[in-house]
Amino acid sequence: MTLGVSEAPSPNDGLPAEHLAETAEAKQIEGRSLGKIAFARLRRDKIAIISAVVILLIIAVALLAPLIVKLNGFPPDQFNKLDADGNPLLNTRDGGIPIGGLFGSGSSAEHWLGVEPQNGRDVFSRLVYGTRVSLLVALGGTIIAVVLGTVIGMVAGYFGGWVDTLLSRLMDIMLSFPSLLFVMALTPVIASRGQDLLGIPDDNKLRMGVLMFVLGFFGWAYLARIVRGQTLSLREREFVEAARSLGAGPGYVIFKQLLPNLLPTLLVYTTLLIPGNITAEAALSFLGVGIKEPTASWGRMISDASDWIESNPLYLFFPGMALFITVLAFNLLGDSVRDALDPRAGRG
Amino acid sequence: MGRYLIRRLLQAALVLAVISAITFFLFWATPANPALLICGKNCDTETVAQVNATYGFDDPLIVQYGNYMEGLVSPAGRTIGSEGNERECAWPCFGESYQNGIPVWDSISDAFPSTLWLAVGAAVLWLVSGVMLGLIAALRKGKFIDKFSVGLSLFGVSFPTIVFGYLLLFLFIVKLQWIPFPDTANAALFTVGPVKWLQFYILPWITLALVFAALYTRLTRANMIDTMNEDYIRTARAKGLDERTVVFKHGLRSALTPIITIFGLDVGGLLGGAVITEQIYSITGLGKFSIDSVLANDLPAIMGVVLFAAIFVVVANIIVDVLYAVIDPRVRLS
Repeated sequence: MTLGVSEAPSPNDGLPAEHLAETAEAKQIEGRSLGKIAFARLRRDKIAIISAVVILLIIAVALLAPLIVKLNGFPPDQFNKLDADGNPLLNTRDGGIPIGGLFGSGSSAEHWLGVEPQNGRDVFSRLVYGTRVSLLVALGGTIIAVVLGTVIGMVAGYFGGWVDTLLSRLMDIMLSFPSLLFVMALTPVIASRGQDLLGIPDDNKLRMGVLMFVLGFFGWAYLARIVRGQTLSLREREFVEAARSLGAGPGYVIFKQLLPNLLPTLLVYTTLLIPGNITAEAALSFLGVGIKEPTASWGRMISDASDWIESNPLYLFFPGMALFITVLAFNLLGDSVRDALDPRAGRG
Repeated sequence: MGRYLIRRLLQAALVLAVISAITFFLFWATPANPALLICGKNCDTETVAQVNATYGFDDPLIVQYGNYMEGLVSPAGRTIGSEGNERECAWPCFGESYQNGIPVWDSISDAFPSTLWLAVGAAVLWLVSGVMLGLIAALRKGKFIDKFSVGLSLFGVSFPTIVFGYLLLFLFIVKLQWIPFPDTANAALFTVGPVKWLQFYILPWITLALVFAALYTRLTRANMIDTMNEDYIRTARAKGLDERTVVFKHGLRSALTPIITIFGLDVGGLLGGAVITEQIYSITGLGKFSIDSVLANDLPAIMGVVLFAAIFVVVANIIVDVLYAVIDPRVRLS
């Protein structure tokens, strides 16, 4: 998926944030940093606030998963055959579809979102635990991608020459390839290599690590291209020249002068990378190369539920909606952050 | 132009060689012995030795890679199998499947037409809808229709394909029953007739097109707004040209240039298989073939599909670069 390739121009278009913020804001307010201005703008943006609240809720669910599941008392991996009164939950003669509930989902006061056909595992508990997997993998992959993208982009932009040529070609190649196909083909290979090299079993802990690594490794190129462009123009600015003429080394320039000016960009693209990685993790687990049984993940749940779409559509609806709402919230917040950090945006 | 093309083709060959080497060594260097994969669970040392000889796993990796590439480069293909049991593998030889012994190239060429129809249909859909929506939004900037299309595109970008695909499938196939359930048999236009063919492909097209349509709407809108603020648009208006000429001949034409680049790359990428859409609708295209091969650990099949997809991407890159120079007079090929 090439999400991001056709994004609108980067927030600052190469000019350092400080400078633009100054020109745009100096007339009205003086002495406010871009961060403060952006935060003030965000607080007035209803969509941003709603999506931030939704995201915080999702993160809370992920962190508190064991506590939340205690509320209904069904661990996500437990096979439930009978309800509290001893009546069967599943119709064993009919392929194991749940008995009763909304749209044949088997939902009840005990099993709020119904039970899984055949196994009788609680859908609510699995959904809650699936949030953990989705967020953890997506965040891990995003962090790897941002670190790689920042380092490679800055190296290419700062040193230039053949280093830049080589790295830029690498970015082009990484960007133009259909990464899902490669990720899909490589995930099992890397998992089995990791198993042999590290001597740990190919369980879902290893799988999650592999997914983070693969998503990060295939996700850095777009960010690197943006960082490279901004570094190229920042490098030529007077304050960098001044520092250099006073004897500052590349370490000082990169960490003290370039990196702070790149932070707004990094913030925006981090927020926009997360939803892409959440989708990718779900897609891989859906295809059967990501998280495996018995660990719950949204993608796996969708894949399992697709066999029951006729008799029990709600089973597919819940993980689908969870995925959609999470991705939408991150995308909306990312867009709002970008608008708030864009000094050219009209209002102050 | 000719020299540029030759240079690009050489570059492309180099890129493909690098990709093939990297993927080959990544896949084949797995310590898990491929011979064990082939002969299954009840396997004695003798059978393993036999399998090793048949598939050439005894040779050093570099020799195996050389043999593999020979089958792709030499017009005569190559011979596979051990002594006494040799088979000709005609060009282009991607080897034989470990699962069932079918030449990988046969499977790829069988699966490709479905993927091609899927990708082309979806591409037409998203290009037309994305550009139209983006154009209208840009021309009515700030009005209701603009906000509507911006919101719609944000919604579309956020709709994961697995969710959207199953939503359509549930709505139109299960609930409303407007379209029959997709059977695994592939619908070829000339055998099933246009009505059944359309029924087979319409939902997959929409599923695949959604995300792209949303991205193209955003892109067209942004480019068009930038272009309409250019000086030459004011000049065109000042000359007294009517608005339609200004918008379509002067504005849209230049706003579309970057979109054509991305369009070429997107379509090129999809020709390697639209894995998720094919999986949802049970279309036996390249995407389904590749995921089935991955799940079965069928190395030659995975390798073949990855290389095949890479060829499309590299070729699409060249076509896009050349097209860019033809459309945009400011770009000169040197």
